[in-house]
Amino acid sequence: MTTGRDNARFTFGYRRCADQDAGQAVRHPVIVVGAGPVGLATAIDLGRRGVPVVLLDDADRIGEGSRGICYSKRCLEILDALGVGQAVAEMGVRWQVGRVYFGDREVYAFDLLPEPGHKMPAFVNLQQYYLEKLLVDRAEALGNIDLRWRNQVVGLERAADGATIDIETPDGPYQLVADWLIAADGARSAIRRLMGLDFIGETFRDQFLITDIRMAAELPAERRFWFEPPFHSGQSTLLHKQPDNVWRVDFQIGWDADPEAETKPDAVRARLDRMLKGQAYEIEWVSVYTFQCRRLERFVHDRVVFVGDAAHQVSPFGARGGNSGIEDAHNLGWKLAMVLNGTAPAVLIESYGSERQQAADDNIRHSTRSTDFLVPKSEGARHLRNAVLDLADAHDFARRMVNSGRLHSASAYASRLSAADSDDFAGAVRPGAPVLDAPLRDRAGQPLWLLDLLPDGFSLIHAGEEDRPDPPDGVTLITIGEELRDPGGHFTRRYDATPGACWLIRPDHYVAGCWRGFDRGVVEKALRRATGEGDG
Amino acid sequence: MAELRNESRFADPDAAYNALVDAHRGLDQQESAVLNARLVLLLANHIGDIEVLAQAIAAARQAGSRSGDGR
Ligand SMILES: Cc1cc2nc3c(=O)[nH]c(=O)nc-3n(C[C@H](O)[C@H](O)[C@H](O)COP(=O)(O)OP(=O)(O)OC[C@H]3O[C@@H](n4cnc5c(N)ncnc54)[C@H](O)[C@@H]3O)c2cc1C
Repeated sequence: MTTGRDNARFTFGYRRCADQDAGQAVRHPVIVVGAGPVGLATAIDLGRRGVPVVLLDDADRIGEGSRGICYSKRCLEILDALGVGQAVAEMGVRWQVGRVYFGDREVYAFDLLPEPGHKMPAFVNLQQYYLEKLLVDRAEALGNIDLRWRNQVVGLERAADGATIDIETPDGPYQLVADWLIAADGARSAIRRLMGLDFIGETFRDQFLITDIRMAAELPAERRFWFEPPFHSGQSTLLHKQPDNVWRVDFQIGWDADPEAETKPDAVRARLDRMLKGQAYEIEWVSVYTFQCRRLERFVHDRVVFVGDAAHQVSPFGARGGNSGIEDAHNLGWKLAMVLNGTAPAVLIESYGSERQQAADDNIRHSTRSTDFLVPKSEGARHLRNAVLDLADAHDFARRMVNSGRLHSASAYASRLSAADSDDFAGAVRPGAPVLDAPLRDRAGQPLWLLDLLPDGFSLIHAGEEDRPDPPDGVTLITIGEELRDPGGHFTRRYDATPGACWLIRPDHYVAGCWRGFDRGVVEKALRRATGEGDG
Repeated sequence: MAELRNESRFADPDAAYNALVDAHRGLDQQESAVLNARLVLLLANHIGDIEVLAQAIAAARQAGSRSGDGR
């Protein structure tokens, strides 16, 4: 069983760096604190945009325990832009069927069968340590990310133009100055504490025993969720498949359970034996969790920006923590790069806060509802929950109320960066919403994905060959007509495309504006707006 | 906006009331609570209007406090 430091999956070495011998605090444009998935993704997005990053982490190892496992299509699309999406999709277990049981009966099954015509699957399961390792390798390969293990941030002093931090290392302390300090130091964020910021929300009065087991079971790759199963009386259980024949089992054990007693191998085995009835397995790792839903009131504090779990925390039901943190990184990367290279004003960073705070509220709302369904807070709530499960068999409406975790999808933003939603477009691709992928073909008939064609900067997608627009400087034109064709009609349907329509797409694959026809003045104004230059 | 209707709608109100009461015959407190929860869900879905549902919830909560026992 994995319990201690000796069992890390991957270890990295501490190395002394020149800054430690400089005799004074060396200044860097961006310092990211925390090399979890979100800090790594932030550093990679900046690095690939040519911004050098110092990335500090207090540990030097990955995978002493297990955490996130489930990554959404949107998250995979972002990881693809960062250069690791393909690897994650290939290593991960694809799953799309979920089954919900109440007692010993199956009451509901869902199929996330993704509509065809997306490069990335609906969800994959992959141990978080594999994701982190892929991100570390990618960061190292970029060449401009200075990843410093066993560098723990212990002090912070803010100024109008940046922040000075105190760092502990095995060789003793040193200081650095950052123009922009990105706090990606997780749910127990030291930076949040050093700044005295409140992290307010709700703690659920329940505990979950989470274990990863290895077993060569002939079970399909499905998510199985039991309410009050016979093998675990009165409480819920989740079973989910990961690569390497590893399965995540998650037992609700109640607020009064004693974590120390519950994590003893014999106690864990007793629970698993009742569930798995003779199936051989090996315990890889076990832990007890309580869950919170909370966020910082503001993610941006002048030159200090919070991302990932440091900014917001949700319960794991719905797989929102890591997925939404990676979205934070993608929202921030292009904005910070533009501000640093002088092509956008610093207020653009405020929009990171307002957009991602909205997304955090969406995630917290969804995950609070799921958790309230799993852990009814009163007798009345328990009766209603069980009534939903009793009715689910025969009544469609009740099936749609069964909430064992609504799986994560990207939020649309009400944002100052979006142009007015002036023209009539049906469907989801609207100002402030994420774009959708679509399969296309080039002139030679080779298949291509729309998302793969989007550049690192802004782009203008234009439908049809007539009246090819002349987009503003720095905006890549993507014309879907003859060079790029839409034989399956996916693009046309998803974007409600008509000849001449165009969409201004942000570097993070959100729609800045869309119009039924191209007007250069209007698009220029929308571009200024989308880069923080106000209403233009 | 749809309004919660509170004028009598059953041709025979006594029969409707008795149908609900009969449904609880022979049930203990726990079983009654279970039945009521199922009924509420079925009827709420039939109404299918979140505004009306909210008004019904408010009216139900208020009825208790008007009678002065705080429930
Ligand atoms: C049981 C469980 C299941 C989950 N399942 C899912 C799932 O299926 N899908 C999903 O998307 N999410 C899931 N999550 C959530 C996910 O694990 C987190 O949201 C994710 O790890 C957050 O990433 P992060 O980079 O913000 O923070 P972390 O991963 O916590 O990384 C923070 C990093 O900062 C470092 N650090 C901390 N303090 C300092 C300091 N003072 N100086 C330097 N470095 C420091 C830490 O060593 C760490 O490396 C789950 C979580 C749990 C607990």
